[in-house]
Amino acid sequence: MKVRILVSLKPGVLDPQGRAVHHALEGLGFKGVEDVRVGRVIELEVAEGTGDESLREMCEKLLANMVIENYRIEKLETA
Amino acid sequence: MAFRAAVVTFPGSNCDRDLAVALEKVSGTAAIRVWHGDAELPEQLDFIGLPGGFSYGDYLRCGAMAARSPIVRAVVEAANKGVPVLGVCNGFQVLTESGLLPGALMRNAQLKFVCRTVPLVVENSQSLFTSGYEQGATIMLPVAHHDGNYFADEATLDRLEGEGRVAFRYGDQVNGSQRAIAGVLNAAGNVLGMMPHPERAIEPELGGTDGRALFESAVKALVAA
Repeated sequence: MKVRILVSLKPGVLDPQGRAVHHALEGLGFKGVEDVRVGRVIELEVAEGTGDESLREMCEKLLANMVIENYRIEKLETA
Repeated sequence: MAFRAAVVTFPGSNCDRDLAVALEKVSGTAAIRVWHGDAELPEQLDFIGLPGGFSYGDYLRCGAMAARSPIVRAVVEAANKGVPVLGVCNGFQVLTESGLLPGALMRNAQLKFVCRTVPLVVENSQSLFTSGYEQGATIMLPVAHHDGNYFADEATLDRLEGEGRVAFRYGDQVNGSQRAIAGVLNAAGNVLGMMPHPERAIEPELGGTDGRALFESAVKALVAA
């Protein structure tokens, strides 16, 4: 089973990388970009039947830093 | 009584030798070098040092992998029993990732690696690491980091300030840290994490001596105990 973990900064946490990307987009002439937040995507290949609880534990113990980040778990179609 | 200090080396540590040398110069006893894969620390330690560097290549997040290594589990156990633990730079990142210290160290606000000697204000001169400094004194220590921007939520910051757990504050803007925090203590006062490098300022030949008092404080605290 393929699982995609999306790790993003919590709202209110300043994102210097996002700000730099925002400036770069403006520098390229793109208008109307109001905000940019940079996150991280982690794809896992896990055994069928791996439970949500176990996936959440992986996120909270290692994949995300719960002080500054949120995570979202997406289960992808098995190929 | 000999001062039994251990310095942990992770793959990618690069200040471990400096930290061991500083401890030996000040205490007169060679520090025990411990490898990241060791599951146990030497017994009867008086001090544990987590050095600067780029443990595990800074993969995932700075300090994240090191914080889950076998040796750091042993460090957490020792810290909870009261053994003094100093984490410098990457060592500070390991301490926040392991949960021994609150908050997190994020990418510098200006996105640049900062490598220079900066003024620091001693905010708490009562701790076992800082008793050799005068309260409110300004000292000069080198910093060298890309991810030293201290973040914690407002309630945590207020609690740290209220409990005197901000050990050092930057005297000028260095990396965007909340309330210019450069070093924090745990609630019991036996764990200190700081981004500046005291071990790089222990002899005039290194460009400064303001870091020496930190190690002297720790040695003195042990001898007094």
